[in-house]
Amino acid sequence: MQFLIDNFPLLRSAFLTTLSLAVASGLFALVLGTILAGMRVSPAPTLRGLATFYVEVFRNTPLTVVFFFLFFGIVEIDLQFPSRFIAAVAALGLYTAAFVAEALRSGINAVPTGQAEAARAIGLDFGQSLRTVVLPQAFRTVVPPLGNVWIALAKNTSIAAGFAVTDLTAALQRLANVNADQILMVFFAIVLGYLVITLPSAWAFRAIETRVAIVR
Amino acid sequence: MTSRPNGEPLVRLSGVNKWFGDLHVLQDIDLSIDRGEVVVVIGPSGSGKSTLCRTINRLEGVDKGEITIDGERLPEEGKALARLRADVGMVFQSFNLFAHKTILENVTLGPVKVRRKARADAERRARELLDRVGISAQADKYPAQLSGGQQQRVAIARALAMDPKVMLFDEPTSALDPEMINEVLEVMTSLARDGMTMVVVTHEMGFARRAANRVVFMDGGRVVETATPEDFFTRPESERAKDFLSKILNH
Ligand SMILES: Nc1ncnc2c1ncn2[C@@H]1O[C@H](COP(=O)(O)OP(=O)(O)OP(=O)(O)O)[C@@H](O)[C@H]1O
Ligand SMILES: [Mg+2]
Repeated sequence: MQFLIDNFPLLRSAFLTTLSLAVASGLFALVLGTILAGMRVSPAPTLRGLATFYVEVFRNTPLTVVFFFLFFGIVEIDLQFPSRFIAAVAALGLYTAAFVAEALRSGINAVPTGQAEAARAIGLDFGQSLRTVVLPQAFRTVVPPLGNVWIALAKNTSIAAGFAVTDLTAALQRLANVNADQILMVFFAIVLGYLVITLPSAWAFRAIETRVAIVR
Repeated sequence: MTSRPNGEPLVRLSGVNKWFGDLHVLQDIDLSIDRGEVVVVIGPSGSGKSTLCRTINRLEGVDKGEITIDGERLPEEGKALARLRADVGMVFQSFNLFAHKTILENVTLGPVKVRRKARADAERRARELLDRVGISAQADKYPAQLSGGQQQRVAIARALAMDPKVMLFDEPTSALDPEMINEVLEVMTSLARDGMTMVVVTHEMGFARRAANRVVFMDGGRVVETATPEDFFTRPESERAKDFLSKILNH
């Protein structure tokens, strides 16, 4: 116990780093993923092609490779992120957006085509019918898959530890090195940190799912 | 009975052709519909009635030929097409009410988002229309809580809320239980009486006789015969119409 109290400042800041990595990249991925999903169902072939290309590239590239590219690859083209944290958010967000887009696309496909036709028939343009009729119904069916994407993202933040961002996993490495005798306690503290993020969000997603369920 | 005001017909299809792959679903369709006219489209399954209806608001594009509404050629895509669709009401066989919105919201969505009406004005008008189709007591329910006949009447109110120049109905009563068909046909008949221009795909002969100025008989993607309801049902000219009528009359 004393050990946890002694290291509390490090553990707390590591926990907050992991949490803000997950939240920031989650929001980024949600916005980008929604745009990509909209492009994938749009009537314009160029937009569809671009979005499909994006999704296939990021879904099939290991996240570590995305991190490598954003931390070291883009230096070659004279680009650099203002901070390692922001670079990590970008890597996680760009990667996760592909999964958000896929989840949303399957949700959009589950909305009966008559809904979009009726929306277009009253004069809504493509963007309006997507925003006001199709996506609100799609979001309801994609709450469970989006929940899975979110939990995967929360755990994927640990890749950032390998790129000098002091998150929970980085704290684990650091504490384990200097406290070999307390290794179980270290694991316990770190796993607890991840659970504090993922478990309540699993409950929250289940609650949202029941709240937004629609009768057909 | 048909009044033919001067000038351009409200809807004009000229030389319209459409293929689904190898299937030639619409073949050289020429059809003009005047203001206030009610045209019933009838024909065997697969003859292209729905497709014809859907080309008029370009839910389906055409491969050849031209469609004009109020003298204006149907735009290809984008904002201009959306604007034109707002003037063409459509009622579907399966109602297609927005499942996540209340009855009132279903009717106000178009006026607010497309016509940019103030919400209060849109709601007032929506309640009038719901009253007109006999659904005012259900305004705050969701579509799934209503019967099929009620949902279809809401769908009519939703289309009317846009003040359309013409209304398209694609078999509006064929998904309904028999006891609900009449409540929908009554609303449609009163619309016809009030001078709405209508294109109605239906096999309801009573409605055709009561409300239609013309019957258009389609078979195999072609308009085979055009006649008044009286003439069409009592002395059809083409063999195919006779054959078709003998089949539906024996049911
Ligand atoms: N999206 C599509 N893709 C391919 N073929 C289609 C499509 N829509 C309709 N068809 C075919 O085109 C033909 C005409 O269809 P349409 O729905 O217009 O007929 P209909 O007269 O409305 O028939 P019904 O009385 O059964 O509704 C049919 O053979 C149908 O199978
Ligand atoms: Mg049909």
